[in-house]
Amino acid sequence: MSMFVKFLVAAVGSGTPLLFGTLGEIVNEKAGHLNLGVEGMMSLGACAGFMVGYVSDNFLLALLAAFAAGALGGLLYAVLTVTFMADQNVTGLTLTIFGIGLSNFIGIYMLGRSETGSLKLPETITRQMRNIHIPKLSDLPVVGELLFSYNPFVYLGIALAILLAFYFKRTKTGLNVRAIGENPGAAAAAGIPVTKWKYLHLLLGGGICGIGGAYCVMIINGGVWISNSVGGLGWIAVALVIFATWSPAKALFGSLVFGALRVLKYYNFFKLDIPIAIYDMLPFLVTALVLVLTSIRQSREKAQPASCGVNYFREER
Amino acid sequence: MQKNIGLEDSQIVRKNNIDDSDPTATETAIRECIEEGCNVIFATSWGYMETVAALAEEFPDIYFAHGTGYMSNGKNFTNYFGRIYQARYLSGIAAGLKTQSNKIGYVAAQNKDNSEVTGGLDAFAMGIYSVNPDAKVYVRVTNSWYDPEGESAAAKALIAEGCDVIGQHCNTPNPQLAAEEANVWGVGYNSDMIKDAPKAVLCSVLWDWGAYYTAYVQSIIDGSYDGSNYYGGLAEGLVDISDLADFNDPEAAAKIEEAKKSIIDGSFNVFDGVIETNDGSTVGEEGGTLDDATITGGINWYFKNIVEESAQ
Repeated sequence: MSMFVKFLVAAVGSGTPLLFGTLGEIVNEKAGHLNLGVEGMMSLGACAGFMVGYVSDNFLLALLAAFAAGALGGLLYAVLTVTFMADQNVTGLTLTIFGIGLSNFIGIYMLGRSETGSLKLPETITRQMRNIHIPKLSDLPVVGELLFSYNPFVYLGIALAILLAFYFKRTKTGLNVRAIGENPGAAAAAGIPVTKWKYLHLLLGGGICGIGGAYCVMIINGGVWISNSVGGLGWIAVALVIFATWSPAKALFGSLVFGALRVLKYYNFFKLDIPIAIYDMLPFLVTALVLVLTSIRQSREKAQPASCGVNYFREER
Repeated sequence: MQKNIGLEDSQIVRKNNIDDSDPTATETAIRECIEEGCNVIFATSWGYMETVAALAEEFPDIYFAHGTGYMSNGKNFTNYFGRIYQARYLSGIAAGLKTQSNKIGYVAAQNKDNSEVTGGLDAFAMGIYSVNPDAKVYVRVTNSWYDPEGESAAAKALIAEGCDVIGQHCNTPNPQLAAEEANVWGVGYNSDMIKDAPKAVLCSVLWDWGAYYTAYVQSIIDGSYDGSNYYGGLAEGLVDISDLADFNDPEAAAKIEEAKKSIIDGSFNVFDGVIETNDGSTVGEEGGTLDDATITGGINWYFKNIVEESAQ
């Protein structure tokens, strides 16, 4: 039992960076942009968050920097695809390569300047970024461990998912953005400022990815800088968007499932003697299944926004 | 190496972070080195092997040395690697003395099929057994040479199972950081991970490639180069463990020193005699020791104190 609780806790920990990447990508895709630069924006956020945290020893400042760096990546992408109509797939891929490259470059430069040959976040920020402990609540058996003992990112991610779900379902702006994602021509005809909302949501999505990057350096890598710090999680987040059928609320559930599938191989409950590569494949197998199932059901609500991946050119209307 | 031989900065060209699964990038990097006038080239990762083999045929006048692989041509293309298992045995002594729960975790990049990882793990387990026969070693395999998240998750699972010393054969310091966060101990690998997790790391298992580079380049300068492969260990200074952290068991330093001496003078070779594996079979024979070919390519069994499955 206690091992199962630990497994669930590990699943939440493993799912959280995916949650941020997924939410960021959902915001992008809702506005009609398939952004394959999630990994790059996460890397930029990882680097900025780490470096600012390293210098300032201030958790909040580090988070803001991570958000800003991710948003900056989103801005690059927005300028290229919204204003200059560059191909979305190619731009996104380029952003990934650029983001990883730049963050590694800065990281290696900073490593070269450090006396110990290692970069580690200072004491205060390390304490703040680690698991919280609420007296009494965190000490409750099982419940305390399952609900009240995570790092701050987990609660931030959950709040963000709920906020975004509300935003896209219930607010006027959120619905307008979805209209842009489905049919920007019709949205523009209805008087919705297409370009402005696209820019804002590409920035917002990038920023959210950036926070996911900060999670990678602070929690997964324990506050020590390593190259390729995001390690491919951004790509899994792109798959998770499909699994979550473009719904921020389902992303919450989806990231927990993906997180669980990703750590399952380290908690051998079923004593199965199967090749470990099968475990590595599970999240993607499930994604493929979801794709097949949703396309059979033909539900418009659960599909990718119709104009996602296609640039909007006003004159062609 | 640079200091020992007296080379200037301009005589060394470095190409960092070349993806070792990308032969084109590897080839480009090596060709750039050659164009810049390099006549000795060290390729330091497994994945470079075949690219280097092909280029060694094309450039017979240039010396190629490839690390951690198995190919060579006996002329200008040699392979170098080392007896890291000797250092791992020593680190096992520190781990075996330190553990209180008698459960020691190990995050392995590859499963039993990989002799490099498995041999290292076995040596670690044998080092533990030599000082603490009651301790068991629990293994988690990430199935990747570089997986920051998986390495961290594997270590956390081991800690959840009760392990209080975490060893590793993988690339990031994440298992050590997980150990530090959970207030348990660990044994680092590749770089001295005491700098990353000073409260957790008992010692780190280290390579000193400089020792080999110096010997290699010196042999070319002297004309004593003979195209033979290199397989060094503690005696050559190629592998070692870092200084012990001061929170090690008080007996650790002496016991490690004793084992180290016997390895260096050749009276002990780690894989000596009849070795019991964890499935009840045995390996090796009385009075013998495993040969190098078996150590580099044929260790696909776990020592008897290694537990593969979860204890639950």
